Amino acid sequence: MTDSRRIIIVGAGHNGLVCAAYLARAGREVLVLEAADQVGGAAVTREFAPGFRVSACAHLLYLLDAGISRELELSAHGLKLARGSLRTVALAAAGEHLVLGAGKVEAGPLGAADRAALGEFHTRMQRFAGVLAKQHNRRPPRIAGGGSGELFAAALLGFDIRRLGRDDMREFLRIAGTNIFDILYESFESPQLKGALALDAVLGTNLGPRSNNSVLTLLHRLSGNVAPGLPVGGMGAVTAALAAAAAKAGVTVRTGSPVARITLEGDRVSGVELESGEMLAAGTVVSNADPVRTLLTLVGARNLEAGFAQRVHHLRARGTAAKLHLALDRMPDFTRLAAEYAGERLVIAPDPLYVEQAFNPSKYGQSSTEPVLEITIPTVHDASLAPAGKHVLSAVVQYAPYIPGTGAGADARRSEFLDRVLNVLERYSPALRQRIVAAELLMPADLEREFRLTGGHWHHGELALDQFLMLRPVPGAAQYAMPIGGLYLCGAGCHPGGGVMGSAGANAARAVLATGGGA
Amino acid sequence: MSVTKYDAIVVGAGHNGLTNAAYLARAGLKVLVLERNAWIGGAAVSRELHEGWIYSNCSYVCSLLRPEIFRDLDLSRHGLQIVPYGGGVTFLQNGDILGAYTDHDVQRRELARHNPRDADAYHRYSIDVMRQCRFIRPLLLRTPPDPTSFRLRDLREMLFLGKEFAKLSEQVIYDTLRFYTMSIADFLGEYFESDAVKARFSGSGIIGTALGVYSPGTAYVLLHHYMGEVDGSSGAWGFARGGMGAVSDALGSALKAHGGEIWTDATVEQVIVRNGKVRGVALANGDEINADIVVSNLDPKRTFLKLMDEKDLSPAFLKRAKNFKIRGSSGKLNIALDGLPEFPALGRDNPLRFGDMHFVDSLERLERAYDDWKSGTWSKDPYLDLLIPSLTDPTMAPPGKHFMSVFVQYVPAKIHGKDWTDADRDGFRDTVLDQIARHSPNFRQLIRHVEVRTPRELENEVGLTEGNIFQGELTMDQLLFNRPFPGYAQYRGPVSGLYMCGSATHPGGGVMAAPGANAAREILLDLRRPNPVPEGWTDD
Amino acid sequence: MKQDMTHKEHFRTAVYQTPFHPRTSALNVLNVWHRWKDYTVSDAYFDTPLEYAAIRNACAVFDLTPMTKHRITGPDALAFLNRLVTRDVAKIKPGRVGYCVWCDDNGQVIDDGTIFHLREGDYRLCSQERQLDWLSRSALGFDVSIVEDTHDVACLAFQGPTTCAVLKKMGLAGVEKLTPFGIGYFPFAGVELMVSRTGFTGDLGYELWIDPSRAVALWDALFAAGADYGIRPMGTHALEVSRIEAGFVQAGMDFLPADSAVRVDRTRSPFELDLGRLVDFSKPNFTGRRALLEEQKNGSRYRLVKLDIAGNKLAKAAYIYDRNDSSKKVVGTVTSAVWSPAAKANIALATLHMPAGLPGDELWAEIYYQRELQWAKVMARCRVVEGAFFDPPRRRANPPADF
Repeated sequence: MTDSRRIIIVGAGHNGLVCAAYLARAGREVLVLEAADQVGGAAVTREFAPGFRVSACAHLLYLLDAGISRELELSAHGLKLARGSLRTVALAAAGEHLVLGAGKVEAGPLGAADRAALGEFHTRMQRFAGVLAKQHNRRPPRIAGGGSGELFAAALLGFDIRRLGRDDMREFLRIAGTNIFDILYESFESPQLKGALALDAVLGTNLGPRSNNSVLTLLHRLSGNVAPGLPVGGMGAVTAALAAAAAKAGVTVRTGSPVARITLEGDRVSGVELESGEMLAAGTVVSNADPVRTLLTLVGARNLEAGFAQRVHHLRARGTAAKLHLALDRMPDFTRLAAEYAGERLVIAPDPLYVEQAFNPSKYGQSSTEPVLEITIPTVHDASLAPAGKHVLSAVVQYAPYIPGTGAGADARRSEFLDRVLNVLERYSPALRQRIVAAELLMPADLEREFRLTGGHWHHGELALDQFLMLRPVPGAAQYAMPIGGLYLCGAGCHPGGGVMGSAGANAARAVLATGGGA
Repeated sequence: MSVTKYDAIVVGAGHNGLTNAAYLARAGLKVLVLERNAWIGGAAVSRELHEGWIYSNCSYVCSLLRPEIFRDLDLSRHGLQIVPYGGGVTFLQNGDILGAYTDHDVQRRELARHNPRDADAYHRYSIDVMRQCRFIRPLLLRTPPDPTSFRLRDLREMLFLGKEFAKLSEQVIYDTLRFYTMSIADFLGEYFESDAVKARFSGSGIIGTALGVYSPGTAYVLLHHYMGEVDGSSGAWGFARGGMGAVSDALGSALKAHGGEIWTDATVEQVIVRNGKVRGVALANGDEINADIVVSNLDPKRTFLKLMDEKDLSPAFLKRAKNFKIRGSSGKLNIALDGLPEFPALGRDNPLRFGDMHFVDSLERLERAYDDWKSGTWSKDPYLDLLIPSLTDPTMAPPGKHFMSVFVQYVPAKIHGKDWTDADRDGFRDTVLDQIARHSPNFRQLIRHVEVRTPRELENEVGLTEGNIFQGELTMDQLLFNRPFPGYAQYRGPVSGLYMCGSATHPGGGVMAAPGANAAREILLDLRRPNPVPEGWTDD
Repeated sequence: MKQDMTHKEHFRTAVYQTPFHPRTSALNVLNVWHRWKDYTVSDAYFDTPLEYAAIRNACAVFDLTPMTKHRITGPDALAFLNRLVTRDVAKIKPGRVGYCVWCDDNGQVIDDGTIFHLREGDYRLCSQERQLDWLSRSALGFDVSIVEDTHDVACLAFQGPTTCAVLKKMGLAGVEKLTPFGIGYFPFAGVELMVSRTGFTGDLGYELWIDPSRAVALWDALFAAGADYGIRPMGTHALEVSRIEAGFVQAGMDFLPADSAVRVDRTRSPFELDLGRLVDFSKPNFTGRRALLEEQKNGSRYRLVKLDIAGNKLAKAAYIYDRNDSSKKVVGTVTSAVWSPAAKANIALATLHMPAGLPGDELWAEIYYQRELQWAKVMARCRVVEGAFFDPPRRRANPPADF
């Protein structure tokens, strides 16, 4: 058995599959082990009520790297958008909804100054996001001690910022570390517009609009440079296509094979042990699991050096986003929302102050009394997800801070929060409760259990300046190779972070190949 | 209407304005400082508002004042004496205290009472913060480079920054990057377990700042309170003997010794600009004073939005000035006491009474105090930084009597969007007095006089917009080459001959005098005169 | 008695007295003390040269109580220690003691100390500096309990050629069977007295560990038994002379603990402290391993050497040069220096930049010294010495002779 040459990838999330595909295309022998019964990780479509299917975690596609998509021929492998370039509808309880396209208002109440400012804001932020986008497919540089190659890489980053030109560079350096709240108040009047933009900045993060870092998270979100889309068949279709591409490249995928630990021999990995007790040998192990889970659980803190283990231990990964799935017996009505907009991305964040209020209790371990939501009704564009005439509502809901544990306490928290969420929803869609056939609310602890995400954090770790670029996941280990021979990370916990992007997987594959892994 | 001509006019006799003027005068310029109030000092003043008691009624302690400037301007000879004070205490809800003793071993044992592991972690914490202090100190008496510029001097300063960075090890560089962007709560979480311990240290991360302990960016604010020293004792704080006005008086005396002039009761109404050049200032009484150089010690909002004509500034620059973050987040009570209040939790003769006292013992209480501010009101359970300077400095109150200085966080500039009313002010005062009285049974009976300073009073009297004590938030977007605005961090204003020298410029707030000195260096550079401003002392 | 430092009023006692204080204070006729962590200890009692002479000639007692001690127990105690320190702790059997160092991830020494394997799976770690923070942080992922118990154990260092005889006379039956780094337990005054054949003098000697409530009784018994064997109390000054003669490094003197270093390049690896023998790469993982492997491959920056310096001028804080002419370059500095009464030599520990410091290298010390208030400077030739400056065979003798 050519064990030492085999590469095992732990987890068939989108990054794991991308990494596998690239490694196999480079001639490596790759085995992907997935704990769940289907591939996809957090980019997965599953049935949550009889006949109703939904993208169970991530539900919009907007960051997928175009180069990866092209190289792995994802369209040929079946990836198709049911609807691209979704508009954003900033819902207003009274029905004065604001419909936003890319940098412009398509409908709804907005003053002339805001209209002009919106275009300017969009263009500028998109340019800044472009600086981040340029880094996506690069390995983050080491700041010191890495020799001239690393210095060159660091200089490239500086060059990308300089290329913005003097004024934009100044503005970039001013706002990159700051908060969206101030920037929005500098730029706009309309609370509704500011609320919707504030929500974009804080979705999936443990930040309120007033928290510094929330400009960075917005830029990260914009760095795919496309408006969000809905794949046919849900987000599982993305990973299905990736799995097909990987299979074509020669990758073997085993589902239903949860990894219990990564085994070591001396100071190198020797393979993995499955929860079933089965041992699989490999000279290289690439983990798509999050950094905390990979290093502290699968490898074990005791097998790391103490300082490094501490850094991983302090990685901030406390999820605050819950996921709501509603099976509806017919299309819900939103007060005075034109039918043509019902299938867009609907957001409930009427005001940045509202978003900040929603964030406040989460600091103390409590869920928002009045949560914020990002809603899609994918069945408007993709009838395959529900029985004929019926619909699925999928929403990311914040803030529900991660509280570990199951049982009665967790159930009570979940049902209480569900009640609050539905109360808020009914403000915009009054008879919604009567439409509901089945409801599922996945709290961060549920996401942690189901998708094996530490802290239920979608991004495998907070996206913030102190966990960004060469500091992601932890300083000293930001180049995909971990300080154990043959061990790599390839998930969202690495640069460039979360979102269904694939770049972390591709970058990790390059790092494995550069260091001779699997050869 | 009289017309007089000076080489340079400094608007505002705050400590930075006086420092700036002193260096300009020493370089041979004919300098005039114009002060609106009847006294000098800005926010570094000593005032007798109740007979026999001296209040440091704005800034109240001293650590950041650059020792290089202290020596260079010979402030000792001009009467300034800084007396270190020791320790401090946090009163806990459970009746216990968390002391900050000056003796290393006593302090370790005190921490160990609360958490043995934290007691040892304190060592690591001190070393790590010291590294950051060492990194930032050489930057204090330097002009920030413009990173977008290719001018030789900017490139050289960027190189200097890079070299300072390169002096750190790889891991420390990463730690530095993280330190500058983290929240104080997260930062302390990497060292300590005890909530009381974290609450005690996190106070320095929020003082004067419109951010909460959980807000990213507050770890740096802690450094801003740690980077000072008293006689080489890093991070130590002291009292100016005679109150903080002694700092301003000494600076004023130094200025006069070099031939400079100070006019009090002289309100500047307008900076006069002709043909894109500064020509002088117009006073409220109608006088015009001519000078080709006008240096503003005021914050940018006041300088550019009140003293200047809109037409003299570009729309883009005006937008910068309007968007400058200068938020009222703190207030102050100055109290004359008939005797020394008892704090039963301290016990008899505890040396901690000489230090700073706090009554908030958890991160959550601190953060909730910030939530109140966010919702437009003063904190109902505020963070107090309370000192009794008269215990250390006998000049502050009659024998046996005491002066109590109570800094309060958070206090917004407006209450639910409306101006402060007297009723609001009384409510705020009672909130603060109640918190103290909960820990001191005889406190209320001892009160003879209370001066309440909300942002309203700070703005009206001192001229700090919104009552912000640092002349602008100390966040990443307003630090180093971003302070006060990107492209204007080198002390030069948008009009030829106009300069800025207040805390709104690098390296920021606190009674540091570095902005004033740095601005003087730039002015004299433009005049092609030798630079009289001392360089920072090298690594100690 | 054990000192209670955990009450709110502890600040009233800035410096505590060790359980031996009733005796040490009576003997300290010079009344010279210094602070050692929470306690005050004697620098000298009556005459440092005579106290030193007792170490090498008879026996001397040193109050070691303030030394930081940790008790490490639990199922993972061994695994934890093995990940902590650079040597293989599995080789330290129950009843044995091992000298060790531990490093940070960069392979820089945090501290040195001794691991006492008290009983199966039950360890005591003694260290120069307080280590609870690092030990606790290192415990992530281990099922281990770490308690700092410095104040729970009173401790005496008992050093010198007659120590074994005194302990026998005190009634510690079989104490002579203890080999170097061995641990024995003896009944004493109703409690257990632990005796380890360890010390910091490089001579025959023991360390005695007991419940603080019996500290004075132990002192009295020891001095009664030692009366005919030249027993003397010794202070830190005498100990320091013997420590340097033995060639032992001391944290805070010969190296800076890595977690106390503010400036880069101030820290040292075990190799750079001449402690490479304590690094065991056959262990799969310990903190600092990767960095130390790199260092082994790429070479060290510094070398700690023992120097025998010509003449009799004390080389404290001296610069070391590579030659004595106009082209000379500084290659290092002296970290500890003393006149060795035992070796009759002018000795020093020094840190040199690589590659300087191989035996036979030409080295010169620039010594500033004062005679009758007048300062003078001399360049003195140095010789690199291998092994301890003073290493009497009695240190390893089994069983030890009576004197």
